[in-house]
Amino acid sequence: MSGPARIGDRDGETLRFIFDGVPMRARPGDTLAAALLANGVGLVARSFKYHRPRGIMAAGVEEPNALVTVGEGGRTEPNTRATDLFVYDGLVASSQNRWPSLGFDMGAVNGLVARFLSAGFYYKTFFGPPSRWMVYEKVIRRAAGLGKAPTEADPDRYQHRSAFCDVLVVGGGPAGLVAAMEAAQAGERVLLVEQDRELGGSALRDDIHLPVTAAGLEKAGVRILTRTTASGLWDHSFVTLNERLVEPGQRPEAGRPAQRLRHVRAGRIVLATGAIERPLTFAGNDRPGVMLSQAVRTYVHRFGVLPGRRVVIATNNDDAYLTAEAITVAGGEVVAILDARTAVAASRFPVFTDAVPLATRGTRHHLTAVEARVGEVVRRFDADLLAMSGGFTPVVHLHSQAGGKLDWRADLQAFVPGASLQAVTSVGSAAGEIHPIAASAANLPDPKHSFVDFQNDVTVADVDLAWREGYRSVEHLKRYTTLGMATDQGKTSNMAALARLAAVAGVEIPEAGLTTFRPPFTPITLGALAGADGGGHAAPTRCLALHDHHQRHDPLWQPLGYWFRPRAYPVNGETLHEAALREARAVRTSAGIVDVSTLAKFAVAGPDAAAFLEMVCATGVAKLAVGRGRYTFMLREDGMVMDDGTVWRLDEQRYLLTSSTGGVDRMEAHLSYAHRVLAPQLRVSVVAQQEHFAGIALAGPLAVEILQALIGMLPPAHMGVARAEIAGVAVMILAASYSGERAFEVYAEGMSAGPVWDALEGETRRRGGCPYGLEALEFLRIEKGHIVIGAEADGRTTPHDLRLERMLRKSGGFIGRSALDRPALTTADRLQLVGLVAPDAAIPEGSMLLVKAGSPPVGHVTSAAGRVLGGGAVALGLLRGGRERQSEALIASSPTRGQHVRVTVVDPVFYDVEGTRYRD
Amino acid sequence: MGSLMRYSAFALLRGGLTGQRHWPRAWRDPAPRKHYEVIIIGGGGHGLSTAYYLAKVHGIRNIAVLEKGWIGGGNTGRNTTIVRSNYRQPALHTLFDFALNLWEGMSDELNYNVMFSQRGALFLGHSDSDMTRLAERGDALRCAGIDAELLSRDEVHKLVPLLDMSPDARFPIHGGMIQRRGGTARHDAVAWGYARAADRLGVDIIQNCEVTGFSMVGGRIAGVETTRGGIGADRVGICVAGNSGPVAAMAGIRLPIEAQTLQAFVTEPVKPMIDTVVMSQSLHCYISQSDKGGIVLGGDPDQFPSYAQRGLPPRIEKAAAEAIALVPALSRLRMVRCWSGTTDMSFDGSPIISALPVEGLYLNGGWCYGGFKATPGSGWCYAHLLATGESHRLAAPFGFDRFAVGATIDEAGVGFMPQLR
Amino acid sequence: MMRIDCPHCGPRGQVEFSYERTLDSVVTLDMEPAVAVARLYARTNPRGLDDELWRHGLGCRQWLVLRRHRVTHAIESVAAFDPAVHR
Repeated sequence: MSGPARIGDRDGETLRFIFDGVPMRARPGDTLAAALLANGVGLVARSFKYHRPRGIMAAGVEEPNALVTVGEGGRTEPNTRATDLFVYDGLVASSQNRWPSLGFDMGAVNGLVARFLSAGFYYKTFFGPPSRWMVYEKVIRRAAGLGKAPTEADPDRYQHRSAFCDVLVVGGGPAGLVAAMEAAQAGERVLLVEQDRELGGSALRDDIHLPVTAAGLEKAGVRILTRTTASGLWDHSFVTLNERLVEPGQRPEAGRPAQRLRHVRAGRIVLATGAIERPLTFAGNDRPGVMLSQAVRTYVHRFGVLPGRRVVIATNNDDAYLTAEAITVAGGEVVAILDARTAVAASRFPVFTDAVPLATRGTRHHLTAVEARVGEVVRRFDADLLAMSGGFTPVVHLHSQAGGKLDWRADLQAFVPGASLQAVTSVGSAAGEIHPIAASAANLPDPKHSFVDFQNDVTVADVDLAWREGYRSVEHLKRYTTLGMATDQGKTSNMAALARLAAVAGVEIPEAGLTTFRPPFTPITLGALAGADGGGHAAPTRCLALHDHHQRHDPLWQPLGYWFRPRAYPVNGETLHEAALREARAVRTSAGIVDVSTLAKFAVAGPDAAAFLEMVCATGVAKLAVGRGRYTFMLREDGMVMDDGTVWRLDEQRYLLTSSTGGVDRMEAHLSYAHRVLAPQLRVSVVAQQEHFAGIALAGPLAVEILQALIGMLPPAHMGVARAEIAGVAVMILAASYSGERAFEVYAEGMSAGPVWDALEGETRRRGGCPYGLEALEFLRIEKGHIVIGAEADGRTTPHDLRLERMLRKSGGFIGRSALDRPALTTADRLQLVGLVAPDAAIPEGSMLLVKAGSPPVGHVTSAAGRVLGGGAVALGLLRGGRERQSEALIASSPTRGQHVRVTVVDPVFYDVEGTRYRD
Repeated sequence: MGSLMRYSAFALLRGGLTGQRHWPRAWRDPAPRKHYEVIIIGGGGHGLSTAYYLAKVHGIRNIAVLEKGWIGGGNTGRNTTIVRSNYRQPALHTLFDFALNLWEGMSDELNYNVMFSQRGALFLGHSDSDMTRLAERGDALRCAGIDAELLSRDEVHKLVPLLDMSPDARFPIHGGMIQRRGGTARHDAVAWGYARAADRLGVDIIQNCEVTGFSMVGGRIAGVETTRGGIGADRVGICVAGNSGPVAAMAGIRLPIEAQTLQAFVTEPVKPMIDTVVMSQSLHCYISQSDKGGIVLGGDPDQFPSYAQRGLPPRIEKAAAEAIALVPALSRLRMVRCWSGTTDMSFDGSPIISALPVEGLYLNGGWCYGGFKATPGSGWCYAHLLATGESHRLAAPFGFDRFAVGATIDEAGVGFMPQLR
Repeated sequence: MMRIDCPHCGPRGQVEFSYERTLDSVVTLDMEPAVAVARLYARTNPRGLDDELWRHGLGCRQWLVLRRHRVTHAIESVAAFDPAVHR
């Protein structure tokens, strides 16, 4: 009987799984790879480009070939390594990248024309217009890609956690266990992480005595996380860990996450990450039945599976002899040991020195023979398993990510960790405690079929071709051939590639170059990276303190950054526009209330409060009397209008500054900078109060009456301040108008503002008014010509552009003043604020202003609305030299919306030009 | 059998039949000469395209490109390969569209397939206000003769079926704006293609040659000092992206540029699932699928000065979260590689293609994170400047002195702090 | 993800802080306009150490001066912004 099989009886195989529709059984603790081998499966996958039949080469995360799709529905995970998946009952797995079946794959035709599909062939053809490339691209894209992504949403949850420790030990093999115990006994807080399910590392493969057990470590206070991969080592010993609580495709326990991402800040890090075995390079080294020698031992010793019965071992070091022992004890026959060295110690096995494999023979599913060069002679060995060992590569990824240097050890033909920039040390085989090997010979009789990167089908011939064409630096080689860029991230290909590159360049490997190591160490799902912030939590949702009061009327909600604010309160099937127009008309004819809680508010207090405000505000402030306020605006240091709002003198040394909702964070940072960095000598305190107070603006001809009814006294005059009580709640009233009607902003502590809103709403509705939303607010303020930060003040406009220059404080001394004199800020052809009117049609917001159809834009419409009372459309815009273009006829053109409207340039105020309605 | 100089399907056939033995080197590896008429510092896409156009359009034969590492090793090899010209500011969309026109003929021009795929560059709108902003941008583009199309919610869904279209999605889809002529290209191929074509026109591409200083005579540039010796030049053009600051400092010049890390990452390859480039009007997240099948993603920059090319994990996590919010099917795909580039953030977000205050010295930099799409246009304009001493009309708005004068071109409107961009 | 030792709060992760500007870009209101504009727009941007203004926005909200290496991210010193020292 040939082929892989379980050692001993099969009674312990209690787990049921399915592979490519075939039901099979596995032992608890089996990886999918071990279980497939135990069931005699040799063919597991098809390679990326040539669709060559592939089996299982390794036993760990370095596996390049055995990729399968597991899971169902929204839990489907393509490109899963069969060697890095522990079988669970009910596992459904299928092969990928083959049609119609794994055994009979049409894609194999690529292999027939492989000679034309060498590295980089696509750069040399497919010319013509882009449309022609896209026809080829369609075909290429369908052939490319490995597995298929799921289409349903992911039902599982993911968590992020932080952790801190004195010592992070990465790797639970012999060296890591010892390091963890030593640190714990020295009194350090230790976190030990291991990517496998069990601790032990190489002790799971070979009979190595472990001086330390998991129980012993836990007793010593070590925190152990298994199935946890240290994925990236970032600045200052910050490490990201990926913990799998279930296997890919497996359903987590109810209420538990599928994976965790842990962010760890460590005092120091010990890397006990082991070493990965190197394949040998020869023709047909990718065939099912060709495996890494240590992987064979892992299958035999850990999983009780014998991957083959007639075994050839090919090696350049002593380690593979242990594999010969293991095979023999398990009942297999070691047909030959091909040792590349010329002098080796005596052995009971049939050893051939100066021997290297040349080629393999076999079916799609199994190996049948190995051809080898033994000395000067070519010999053939019948075998169903070739176990190869080309030396070892210390796993230096994290060390390198942290900026650590790599040193070359010629005796090992490997890079080992050198000096580190951070507190990182490596121990065990990761530090270079591996078997020495000699440099491999360069001559290969069949480079076209000798694979370097198995997953991306990159051969020695491709490396040679890249060299010939001048892609000689390691990075050019990699990018040109795509080697090292597969899902195994070059773990088994980097060194072979460097060795070949060095050989054709005639240099030692370190002169050929170094590969760079980037996170993640092994691939991590995007869901795990997103954590709890996937889906609906990808951005916070901020609700107003008065949210429920609005929700009662089922408004249309508008997002503004993270906030949700009422846009309109439609009734009786009104459209948005109908509702907003009704609300705006109510404001103009009776009264309305709107939630303005999100406005930025800053309490500025102290003996130097006025001086501070005059630094930040470009208008006068210091002359404000107590109980009075005024409009103000603030400039960025480069002179552009950054924000606007109002400033109120509440008391001798207490002011309130309001500014736009969208600019809250910017203004807070700006004020802090002005205070702490520019003028720390000023005696002032600045407190951001946006979230503390809810604000309700009451506006309309009946506003005075409504407010008086509620506060029992005459409301303050325009731009005045008053304190009062509404419905038993303390309120501050600022008499400011944004709508153009007589208006009051009523502020109360957010948590207590409910009764205030109710009272205002009650009195307002009784007089025929109503709540209004942002849409109506827009109609009202546009008619009044009030600019808005983000629309007219788009970060590119100066005070003069916005017709605010008369308000600039003549004495200067405000932020932005010095930049305003720059010549390009005072030219006549700048985009300047204008008003626009159209008699009938709506003016499209955002449309371009043209002198005539087809001419280049000379400006654009920044805000547009219909007149609230009466007909016609009005808009604000920015127009080149607009201040001098009064009465000009233009076209507001929106090709994307198919709208072109004739407009006339007017002053940017359309309603109550004299300004009588909002004053007393 | 002669070497296969010109790439074609026929050449591939011949190559396959002869064991690929006759392919010549794509570019020579010459030793630096003593003197060049023009030296370009920086062997990325922009530097190499500049050299090509200097030779091809302006007939200059005595040109060297000095690259401290291997060509295309900087941002050309690290970007997310998006090509488009749909910027709001006229000076920008005019320049980028000129570049886009050159993209359309690049593979044939260079006889190197850069795999320019005009699969569309789509901006999603998540609110009415987003849609108005997109319409404004689209209108500006259409009035300038550049393609821009508003798409309805349903049209967006048809284009990207895997978008989360539910009304209570965190980023609901209201519609989008697409530039159909935009798309992706194979970034490495752009550097290699321009290098090969420039080399054929006699340009010396000198790798592993780091500029360590400038030599001046009478206040004028006379050449450069390098790790491979001194080289004389009549004119020197700096074209080093993230390293603009340190190189300009060698001539005593301070720039309105700050280096900042931008990360990107790619998933394992899967069968085709996203056929266009997906970006958002209000999110910094962008998603596309490479021809090999990996989903390429990017997000916010790291927002602090750095040359480390090592990024902040929270940026990747946030980009993943936003990507999954937009396309839930991405959740089970695995990030296989993440990397960073060092972007040269200019203080208005727009490039600088200009003479510097030292005679004979020029700068092409400050492309922030938008340089790849401009590659051919940048090279064309820079070649014009280096050849004639005058700005190309498309590059005229991007002078070095615009900051002092106040003529900044600020697409985002955020001012001079790069981390706000 | 740097570890920044805030003088008020102790060692914290970089996420709590925001980079603001370089110390040499601070423009006071008494500077000559030409000098002010030049300072605003010129940076050395070295591949080495620089003095930077950061703010501990998600902590004490105070302004800090970091002397930090822009290639290795090694932080040589962190100090509370002090006009007597830093201006």
